[in-house]
Amino acid sequence: MLITINIPPITYFLGISALMFLVGFIGVTLRKNTIVIFMSIELMFNAANLVFVTFASYYNQVNGQLFVLFVMAVAAADAAVGLALVVSIYRSRKSIDIDHVSEMKG
Amino acid sequence: MSLTEVYNINPYFTLVPLVIIFPFLGIVISLVFGKMMKQMVVGSIASIASGLAFVVTLFLLSAELGYGQPVNVKVIDWITVGAFSASWSFRVDTLSIVMMLVVSGVGTLIHVYAIGYMYNDVRFNEDPGRYRRFFVYFNLFILAMMLLVSADNYLLLFVGWEGVGLCSYLLIGFWFEKGPDGIYNAWAGKKAFIVNRIGDFGILIALFLIFGAFGTFQFDTIFSNAPQISQGMALAITMFLLLGVTGKSAQLPLYVWLPDAMAGPTPVSALIHAATMVTAGVYLVVRSSALYAVSPIASGFVAWIGALSAIFAATIAIGQFDIKRVLAYSTISQIGYMIAAAGIGAASAAIFHLIAHAFFKALLFLAAGSVIQAVERGEEKAGHGGEELDPQDMRNMGGLWNRIPLTFWVYLIGALALSGIAPLAGFFSKDEIITNAYTTNPGIFALLVAGEFLTAFYAFRQIFMVFFGKSRTKAAENVSESKPVMTIPLIVLAFCAFVGGAINFPTVGSLTSWLEKTVSHILEAPFNGFSTGLALGLAVLGVIVAWAVYGRRSLGAPDTPDPISRTLGPVFVGMNRKWWVDEFYDLIIVRPYNFMAQLFFGEWIDREVIDGAANNIGGTTRFFSGLMSKLESGYFRTYAMAMLLGGVIILVYFVFR
Repeated sequence: MLITINIPPITYFLGISALMFLVGFIGVTLRKNTIVIFMSIELMFNAANLVFVTFASYYNQVNGQLFVLFVMAVAAADAAVGLALVVSIYRSRKSIDIDHVSEMKG
Repeated sequence: MSLTEVYNINPYFTLVPLVIIFPFLGIVISLVFGKMMKQMVVGSIASIASGLAFVVTLFLLSAELGYGQPVNVKVIDWITVGAFSASWSFRVDTLSIVMMLVVSGVGTLIHVYAIGYMYNDVRFNEDPGRYRRFFVYFNLFILAMMLLVSADNYLLLFVGWEGVGLCSYLLIGFWFEKGPDGIYNAWAGKKAFIVNRIGDFGILIALFLIFGAFGTFQFDTIFSNAPQISQGMALAITMFLLLGVTGKSAQLPLYVWLPDAMAGPTPVSALIHAATMVTAGVYLVVRSSALYAVSPIASGFVAWIGALSAIFAATIAIGQFDIKRVLAYSTISQIGYMIAAAGIGAASAAIFHLIAHAFFKALLFLAAGSVIQAVERGEEKAGHGGEELDPQDMRNMGGLWNRIPLTFWVYLIGALALSGIAPLAGFFSKDEIITNAYTTNPGIFALLVAGEFLTAFYAFRQIFMVFFGKSRTKAAENVSESKPVMTIPLIVLAFCAFVGGAINFPTVGSLTSWLEKTVSHILEAPFNGFSTGLALGLAVLGVIVAWAVYGRRSLGAPDTPDPISRTLGPVFVGMNRKWWVDEFYDLIIVRPYNFMAQLFFGEWIDREVIDGAANNIGGTTRFFSGLMSKLESGYFRTYAMAMLLGGVIILVYFVFR
């Protein structure tokens, strides 16, 4: 038998996504710890993923879901490279405070 | 005509751009590779560049001998504005070939001489690194002079004119930090440039008038239309051209830069201030003879200025003690002869004397350089006996004839040629000028003939003071001969001075008919026994009087007064002080000018406005860059925030468009 589910209007999903993006951005801007900054960047990636999936389901297309797979792969690579950099910086400075990496000042 | 067209007439004509390109290559090679090459190589490359230009000119000569008509070879369009167009074209005709031969031929010999001379000179002045620069400037001069004489239009001629003026400034001030007071050489260069500039002002006005009257700068068009312009316009053009000529060729009233120009090294004096640059004015007058033929008043002015310069400078030459100054005033005097000849219409006599003068004056200057370096060597050998010895002062010489015999003999040949003693070149060329003057204008004839006597007198005064008698200083006793790289050009030039008379000797050479293909109405007076005999007689008399005063008894220590100063008294003082012309100019022109400049422009505008503009532009840039650099805080977060802000702005723009 068919079950009818009431899907919320699309704007709710987009709103959640925007909120996630905003929180992610605030994390990038306001946190000192480099690893937390990377987590926030991941959060922003996921917000974008949510938007893709929302529209894919709304218009019954598979393109959006396909692109999400790409984004996840890129995010993983991005995190790998970034964490390698963090390890390298820690080795030379013994600190992962992002404000200590400011030699390009001026 | 374009290059392909002249190729069909005679392939050699297409070589003509090479007379400029070879010296240019010489400059580029010396500039780029000069530091890594040995000094002799730098000098050789410069000499080869000049020599190749001479070879090219020989090819052009053979081509022109066959063809006989003037050829304009256009290389490239230069300026095209509305109805006016000027192009970079070469003119190959009999007059320009003669000039090119003189410039490149004598120029190459002087280049070779300078290889040796400058080698000694940069060591004497303790700066061997400056050798390369000398030859760069020297080649630049050959380039500019060739451009001047091969130009097809007045505008291009003026480019060459300015170019030789620049090279003259650069080379006079070659040892810019040396010289009396540490600044004399630079000051002499500046003086030459500024006085030249006054002449250039005249040429510029003349160029504007030419354009106004003819609408073009091309020689062919101008000279064929010359008879049709008004008398007033022709007078104005020719008089302003004359102003330029007096500046470049050192005639009255703008000759004052040439004696001070002797501050430059001797090869510079030989090349620029004797053989070539100063003859550019003569070339200009002869080239513009069609214009001067239209205006007899201006021609008369030219002739009188030449004759007056000839005699005025000869009187000053008698009173000078510096070996190069005598030759400098002699140059002014001899160019006066040429200008006078050009003024009375005897163009071939003027050019003939130009050629002969290039030979013997270059010879005299180069030999004087040899003497000077010999005295410098002598001073080093004798040990520095205390006070500074001026190697150029003739009172420090004497008795050199058997110590540096080669230099002596070539110097003697040069002096004989200068005095116009037969059968050397100077006799024939001067005789032609004087004969032409005899049939035209008795006043000018009298001045020129009197100049003969004075010329012979100062030339042999120099010979007796420098080479005969007892040596007046220890340095003079210890002189030694120069190296072959210096003496061989001397010998070649001496040979040319000896046989150069054949160029226009009635049966042997025919310069007149050669030039007549280019210059119309050349005055050619027949042989006149009276004028020739008078000139020759006065010249010989001058030699005898010089011997009687300077040669009979040995002159004493350097500080004894000149033998003739007792006879002439205040006249000699006037001759020695150049008749106070420099002081006169300083009083009535230089000081009021400096005063006015200081009054209006010197202090305030120079310091506040000009310097202020330059400094404040820099200051403003620095201020803004300081502001900008605050954006680069180095903090990651700031950058991220900036990125977001930028993104938001763009999105907002697109949403609300």
